[in-house]
Amino acid sequence: MGILSKKDSKLILDPLADNNPITIQVLGICSALAITAELKASIVMTISVLFVLGVGNVVVSLMRNIIPPKIRIIVQLVVVAALVIIVDQVLKAFAYELSKTLSVFVGLIITNCIIMGRFEAFALGNGPWKSFLDGIGNALGYGVILIIVGFFRELLGSGTLLGIQVLGDPIAKTGLYALGYENNGFMLLSPMALITVGIIIWVQRSRNKTLIEEN
Amino acid sequence: MEHIELFFKSIFIDNMVFATFLGMCSYLAVSKKVSTAVGLGAAVIFVMAITVPFNWLLDQYILRDGALAWLGPEYASYDLSFLSFILFIATIATMVQLVEIIVEKFSPSLYNSLGIFLPLIAVNCAILGGSLFMQSREIPSLGLAFNYGVSSGIGWFLAILAIAAIREKIRYSNVPAPLRGLGITFIITGLMAIGFMSFGGMLTGGDEAAQESQREAKVEIKKEEAPKNLISENTKEINQ
Repeated sequence: MGILSKKDSKLILDPLADNNPITIQVLGICSALAITAELKASIVMTISVLFVLGVGNVVVSLMRNIIPPKIRIIVQLVVVAALVIIVDQVLKAFAYELSKTLSVFVGLIITNCIIMGRFEAFALGNGPWKSFLDGIGNALGYGVILIIVGFFRELLGSGTLLGIQVLGDPIAKTGLYALGYENNGFMLLSPMALITVGIIIWVQRSRNKTLIEEN
Repeated sequence: MEHIELFFKSIFIDNMVFATFLGMCSYLAVSKKVSTAVGLGAAVIFVMAITVPFNWLLDQYILRDGALAWLGPEYASYDLSFLSFILFIATIATMVQLVEIIVEKFSPSLYNSLGIFLPLIAVNCAILGGSLFMQSREIPSLGLAFNYGVSSGIGWFLAILAIAAIREKIRYSNVPAPLRGLGITFIITGLMAIGFMSFGGMLTGGDEAAQESQREAKVEIKKEEAPKNLISENTKEINQ
């Protein structure tokens, strides 16, 4: 990365793997699990969080010296809520079907712990540019997990990716289905999201032994 | 009757943790010991019992389309529902603050056990999720809204209590090293969620409308035909 100094690019790259907000920091699990039955919803959620966290981190960082510490949580909540309302209204205007699918989970970005967690841990103590990079990095780290989970759940659950049938037609029995393959509808149900994330954590930690926790 | 039905439905079938994954962050973070899990669970029940009915009143008299009609006929055309996120979260944050002050004043012993958890709760998705689901499912009366708040809280309490108990026991088991801690907790929660899915057949004796709304609530998150068919097939099998 030419334009970014080494420290700055670390801010973006770290949350993608070794300090991932979902698998390591345990933040923002709720939405990661509930909306990943389809890849498309995962991507839209990632973009929404990217916007809210990037902009929110900058705003909070700019205000960090004038926010009285006692009421900072309420101030932060108002900042997030305002940004989420923008996202919600944009989604309703341009992607109505999708905003129905995401239902209350767009609103729940407000209480997504990634947002509050990064505000508290980073934006309150750092300048706007660094906070912006941190926000983008963490939102991308969140998005990577969302997209991996969404990819497997949609592929194995309905045999499609982004709504396109990649494994052939299950009714006309073409492609893989001609060999007797069946969709695993169980992947679409909510418990499988948890187990998929569990497996991702397993894979990640067995590759990087330093992340293993004591019981 | 509808009170009992909503009560059991919110605890077991639409369980906050297992069916909609709300409040997962604190569920995972605070479930290492049973005693702290009980404290947080109790605080969640308490706060939900207050905020859900309060937000129901806000929704009914300020936010929804035409809700301002009580101010006079010229206000009847206002639809402020886009403000619901910010009003709900403001209510929750202030309520949590208020509850903290009141509890501290009148019951120091309760404050000592609940106190440290109250600030955590303002950002617990289960609380805001409860209010948003209350709005999107159009719960008809204040009594039912209170019921919904309490019973969702109890459902969450049950979930965190169960996982905390399991995690206390599993400490003595030989879990594969990379799976220790977070990984195994996720997988156990997944298995518990599968177990809770079997409660889905519990309310099939109800009237037609109740069944319909239950099915709708379940597939709310997933719009595709596939899961809808699957769930109705499942319930059919259970019926038989």
